[in-house]
This record gives sequence, structure tokens and C-alpha cells, in this order.
Amino acid sequence: MLQTILPILLFAALALAILGAAKRFSMWRRGRPSQVDWIGGLLKMPRRYLVDLHHVVERDKYMSKTHVATAGGFVLAALLAILVHGFGLHSRILGFALLAATVCMFTGALFVAKRRRNPPPRLSKGPWMRLPKSLLMFSVSFFIATLPVAGILPAEFGGWVLAGILSLGIAWGVSEMFFGMTWGGPMKHAFAGALHLAWHRRSERFSRKDGRGGRSTGLKALDLDDPKAPLGVEKPTDFTWNQLLGFDACVQCGKCEAMCPAFAAGQPLNPKKLIQDMVIGLAGGSDAKFAGSPYPGKPLGEHSGGPHQPIVSLQGKALVDAETLWSCTTCRACVEECPMMIEHVDAIVDMRRHLTLEKGSTPNKGAEVLENLIATDNPGGFAPGGRLNWAADLNLPILAEQGHTDILFWVGDGAFDMRNQRTLRAFVKILKASGVDFAVLGLEERDSGDVARRLGDEATFQQLAKRNIATLDKYQFHTIVTCDPHSFHVLKNEYGALGGDYEVLHHSTYIERLMKAGVLQLGQHKGGSVTYHDPCYLGRYNGEYEAPRAVLKAIGIEVKEMARSGFRSRCCGGGGGAPITDIPGKQRIPDMRMEDIKETGAELVAVGCPQCTVMLEGVVEPRPQIKDIAELVAEVLIESEAPAKKPAARRELAEVQ
Amino acid sequence: MAELNVVALVSIGAHPASGRPRRAEQDARAVELGLGLKHVKLDVVHAGDPQEDALRAYLGMGLSALTVLEQTHETDALPALAEHLQMANAHLVLTGGQAETGEGSGMLPYLLAERLGWPLIAGLAEIEHIENGSAQVLQALPRGQRRRLKVRLPFVASVDQAAPAPRQSAFGPARRGMLTREEVELVDDPLYATAQWQPARPRPKRLKVIKAKTGAERMKAATAKASGGGGQVLAGVSPRDGAEAIFKLLHDEGVIR
Repeated sequence: MLQTILPILLFAALALAILGAAKRFSMWRRGRPSQVDWIGGLLKMPRRYLVDLHHVVERDKYMSKTHVATAGGFVLAALLAILVHGFGLHSRILGFALLAATVCMFTGALFVAKRRRNPPPRLSKGPWMRLPKSLLMFSVSFFIATLPVAGILPAEFGGWVLAGILSLGIAWGVSEMFFGMTWGGPMKHAFAGALHLAWHRRSERFSRKDGRGGRSTGLKALDLDDPKAPLGVEKPTDFTWNQLLGFDACVQCGKCEAMCPAFAAGQPLNPKKLIQDMVIGLAGGSDAKFAGSPYPGKPLGEHSGGPHQPIVSLQGKALVDAETLWSCTTCRACVEECPMMIEHVDAIVDMRRHLTLEKGSTPNKGAEVLENLIATDNPGGFAPGGRLNWAADLNLPILAEQGHTDILFWVGDGAFDMRNQRTLRAFVKILKASGVDFAVLGLEERDSGDVARRLGDEATFQQLAKRNIATLDKYQFHTIVTCDPHSFHVLKNEYGALGGDYEVLHHSTYIERLMKAGVLQLGQHKGGSVTYHDPCYLGRYNGEYEAPRAVLKAIGIEVKEMARSGFRSRCCGGGGGAPITDIPGKQRIPDMRMEDIKETGAELVAVGCPQCTVMLEGVVEPRPQIKDIAELVAEVLIESEAPAKKPAARRELAEVQ
Repeated sequence: MAELNVVALVSIGAHPASGRPRRAEQDARAVELGLGLKHVKLDVVHAGDPQEDALRAYLGMGLSALTVLEQTHETDALPALAEHLQMANAHLVLTGGQAETGEGSGMLPYLLAERLGWPLIAGLAEIEHIENGSAQVLQALPRGQRRRLKVRLPFVASVDQAAPAPRQSAFGPARRGMLTREEVELVDDPLYATAQWQPARPRPKRLKVIKAKTGAERMKAATAKASGGGGQVLAGVSPRDGAEAIFKLLHDEGVIR
């Protein structure tokens, strides 16, 4: 009897799954077009899954092993079950293989169930609590149903009672595992996730066999020349279709939520909820059934939306409140943690673009900063003529006067900030001591456009970028070096799309090179213990974790690492225009970071970013001192006496007539 | 009453730090006041060069169109504006107090009101409501004081810093908005033929001698009303006596000779 019911159940579930897949696919395709490599992407998908995705999951060994057993067992079991029970290929070898697969899956499912017994708050509950039971049911039912095939039990063992029970179990199992996958159940993550890997909007972020690739962090440029192209995302259908597909891949593990500095600070943002809200927007409905942590301070059930409805309503409520989008510091901690390779920051900036470019509703100081950038090329609204005042006594070589240089020192807007000027002067001291050929743009330099772009003002960003590129095109130089990771990132990764390709280095990387070349005579750092704070735009955005530590080590500093350092470094709260939009929370992000710093017992924290310096120095004393790497190196610099100052030629006394 | 025609006059501003063209701060406040009025038809008018990019910053506040009375730099804006306002059947004209570029004399609202024969409110802070052909408005006075006025339409009003801050200018509407050109008769501004131009110098500031010794005295000095001292309240006098008293005062102060 089971032999007639099983194929019906299996093929019915598969047919429903295919129907659901087609429906889901057409939902994604409501989004804007995006070029993908359809076949090539699918072929690359296994590698992306086994290498890139596994690399992220592997950080949590428990979950990684559990997932390998469960998912591996399931995929194998499902394929074999279709052969054995669907097509009736009752071979003993296949039977034993299927038994092994179900045992593997069962073992994994037990660990899934264990994790679900007392789940951490970042995990979603609701239907996700049902999943381990479904997994167990699927594996156990198929195990027992396969025993006769393997010849362990007689064919008609148990009679119609067992057959009936098994049919029910298998019906439950295949409902969850086959068509639940495409009809929006928890297993949706497997179906959407696989296709998301295949047709990802940033295919260049995956590692390649030749060892290149593996990082893609620059924001995508808007087409401003086409007046019909939407300026950012107003409705869910304004996302590209593969972004919508990406939202659907979310497995609601909450790793993003656990790392998000805005969520921890009690600001109304939760990256996981945001992605789920986009899924609600994709399908239509309200967030009442969301089974995870809400946005801090925003109860569930009050927001709803649909594919063609605006995501943000400035009067009243829609799918997401504007302040949720403005809470993000664009630190990429969520993207870094996401095992499904979802691009939260892209989505947030896309929605910000609509709010700024179409609605003109950048909150708090946003409008003023953008206006300043347009009128004065710097966010503070300072007279552009004062850009080089910090170096009035340094006699810096100006690129316009010499036309070419080896090192172009990109000063950044920190030139207007008195605290940052100390860092800049320290770095100039190092450059001069090393004797390299360097120059600055001086008054020709403009803001890199970082803040404008993160605030969603793509028009101002592109204007600044194009003018900077036009300036840089006039001169010959080899490498750009900057003390500001934000300028570093924008020049290195975001100017390329607008026609500016440069070799750009962060000053910590460059100092390390100078040290290796042996052109710096350095003493040893004296003073207390030191910890190092990784800037987001240097670390997660550009993968530079080693050079700053190597520099500190070279001057005799043993870094006392914070619990959250390297790729897990916590943001200082200064990125993405967050200090400008200033969305209130329960505590401040820099205060939390200072707690991390204090836990190490360090008396000094080394930083490599003007924003981090400002944010951390804004924490009330007593607290560890904050110093830029350039300052620490300049302090121990032994300036060579080689080109000693010639005594000024004694002037002949002029005779007064 | 039929729909109200509100006209906001705008000029090209200059950023104080960089001198780059921008939307003029006070004119943008005039537009903001106009946008805040319900059930009115807002027409934003500029007399000058329609090619000027800074005009788009006004469109970015959410205007679908902006009327440009096409003029050269050396032309007097006053006749063209006055004619346009009469043709457009304007009920309420909002302007900034003083332009950031060009002559910047701050005389335009006065000359315009004089030419049109309309009342002028200087330092408008808020329009409370408009009904039955007159408007109830708040005029800003020094030290945060307000004077409530009832004015018959049509009238001219120059806005004060106390008026609501202008909304952010957004790229999308700025790009979409239309600049409607209107040809006007060009009248040369005699000033440009005769006068010499030189950059304005900041007015010297009067030195403030603080005599107060305690915090309370300083507070009092900072918040006290400006007192004229020699003022005189005339009550219950005949119109003729009143007029004579005013005439005498103006004569004594050297306002009329």
C-alpha cells in the first residue's frame, strides 16, 4: 500500500514545489532588471556555497557541523527518496544509501532541535520552532519506510497501520521540505538562498579559483543621466529583482542583529527585521507575524506594505519608518556576518537615496551638511580657501606647482578639524622624515563625497567625485595615501565607476611599507598598554587588519585585543552620516565601544580614522587616551641629522645711505 | 472668494563662505511660507537669467514650475516685477528682506509696494489665516516679540529670519521642475550706468561696554526692551494735532526737511 501512496505524495509535493517556485520567481521579477549570468551563475553556485558561504558559517562550528549533517543528509535523502520511492527503484544499495542519508539528517536535526530548546534571542521563533520537528519527522519516516527496501524488514511489515502512520509522517515531512520551500516556509532559505548565490547582484564578492575577487564593498552608482531611472528605492519593486531574491534568502539566524551597533544602542534598527520587512513588501502584508526581535521601541503589527506601495511614509506609517533607515552607520557588520550573503547596506542606502533625492527629507543636520557640500566642498561649510591653513608653517609641496609626484597625500576634510590636524601634521612629519617624494592637492582638493553618498545624495556625490577626478587627471602621481579610511574607500572602490582608477593606500599600510623599506628610524613606544580599534571602512570594507597591527608592533606596542576586533570590530558610531542624522537610542554607540576598550585595561587606544577619533574622544573622561597611528609613530620618530640645517649664511651688513 | 494667488519673489543667493551661487536664504523662507499656505496658487517668480542653475534649488523644494522674467544683469527688476504682479492678479507677494547678490539694498519690497500702492509688512514671521479678503499675520519684532496684524489683501510682505526655515531642496524635483520664461520689456537700471561698484564692507560694530557686575544685571541688560527714552504717548488728540506732532518729530529727526 505504501508503494502506491509514497509516489503520489512525493510527486504531488514536488509539483506543488515547482508551482510555488514559479510563483516566487515571478514575484522577484517584479523588481527592476539586473544583468546576471544565468547559466554561469548556476554553475558557480556550488563553489560559492561550499567555499564562500561555508567560510562564514564555519565561524560558528556548532552550527556549521549541524548544517552540513542536516542539509547534506536532506539533499541526498531527497534525491534518493525520489529514485527509490518515487520511481520505485528498489535496489538494496540505494536503500542502504537512503538509510544512511536519513540517519545523517536525523543526527543533524537532533542538534538543530537542541539549539532550539533554549534559543538565543537573535533567533526567530514562530514557524522556525517547528522546523526541527519537521526535519526529524522527514528523516524518521523515510528511514522506516526504506527499511524493507534495504531488506532489513519484510516487505509488508507492520501492515496498513504502520503504512498509515508513515504516510502521515512523510506527508508532513515533504510538505515542509518540498513545497514549504517555495511557498514561504522556513525552508525557503534553501531555495531562494541557492538562487541568490547563483544570481547575486555582486558576483564579484565571491572568491575565485585564481585567488582573486572576494571583496565588493563600493556602493553601486545611480544612473543620473537617464531622467526616467528612479532615484533610489521608493517601493519594493524599485529594487533590482535579484536584490528582492536576496531578501528572500534570509534564514533569520539573527547574526546581523547580534552585531548591529544601532540595535545594541537601542536605535530603531534591526537588520534582520529590515530584511524581513522587505520580504513582507515583496509579498504584501503586515509585520504582525514576525517572530524575532522588533525594532527597538517599535511594537510589531503596526506596519504593513506591498510590492507597489511606498516603503516609507513621511506622514503616518508604512512598511518601515524613516528613522530606521537613518539609524544605520553603514558599518557592514551585518553584511560581514550574514551567512546568506545578503547586502543590507545596499538596500538601506537605496532607500535613503529616495528619501534624500526625491523627498528632500534627510533628517536633522543632513540638509545643512549636504547644502554645505554643494556650496563649499566640505561638510562643515568652512570657506574653501582655508583648506590648507593647518599646514601654513609646513611648507608642503603643492601638486599644482610641480605637476607630478610619487605620493599624493589626500588630506581629507579633517583638514578643517583641529583634532585631526594633529594627526595630519604627525603624518607629514613621517613623510618628511622618510624622504619620499610627496605632494598635496591643497586648495584643489574637495570632499571625497563619502558622507553625501551615505546620506543618499548620489547627485552631490557624483558631482564631487567627477570634479575630484578631473583634478586628479591633470597630474601625474603614483599612489594616493590618505589618513581617512572613508576617503580611502571612496577613492579606491567607488571612483572607478565614474572613471577614476587609482592605487590608494591607507596611511597605516603606507607607514608599514616605509618601515619595511627601512627609511624610518624609529624608537620604541613608551607608556602604558595599548589596544587598537579597527575602523569599519579600513577593515570590513577593505580587509586591512594587519598593517596597523604590524606598525604598532614595530614601535614596540603589544596590542591588547578587544573581544570584538578585526572583522568583528564594533563601529564607533561615526559612519554613514549617523552623527549627522543623529537618531536617538537608549545609549550612544561610542560609549559602548569605549566599554569594549576599557575591558582590555588599555590606557591608550590606537585609531586610524578621523571619524573614530572624534567619536571616541567624545566619550566623557575618565577614559583611555585616543591617538592615531600616525601620532604614535611620529612620537618615536628619530629624525636623522643627515641633511642638517646649514647655518644661515651671514648677511653682509647693508650700508644705509 | 476665488483661489488666492500668492507670489514669492526669489533671487540668486551667494554662500557666505565660498561666494558660490545658491538659493538665497531669505527668499527660500518666502517660498517655504508660500508652500505652507493651504488652498492657494503659489507662483514663484525670478527676474533675471533663466540659465542660472541656482534657480533649480528652489524647484527642488517641490515646485513644479518657476517663472523667470527674462532680463539681463543691468536691467531694473522693479518695472517687470510690478507689471507681472498686476497681470497675475496677485493677492499676496512674499519676498526676502535683502538680496545676497547684486545691489542688495533691501529696497525692493518697499519700492514694489510703493509702485503698486499696496501695504507692506516688513519682517513677516507667520501667516495665521487668510479669510474675507484680509490676512491675520505675525510680524517679527526684536527679541523674539511678535505683533499680530490684520492686513487687507493685496499686500507685499518681506519675511524675517523668524519665519520657518526652508525645506531641503531635493535633486529629483529640482531636475524635473520647469523654468517658464516670460519676455518682459527691458528697462535699464540707471545705477549701473553711473555708479561705481565695490564690495560691501562689514559695518563696524558698536563696542558693547558691560557695566553689569552681577549675573542678574547682565540678564536684565540682555533681555530688557529697547527703550527710546524720549517717547511721548498721544492719546485723545485730534487727527490734526496728531499729524502735526508726527510731522514735528520727523522734522526734528531729520527724516524730512
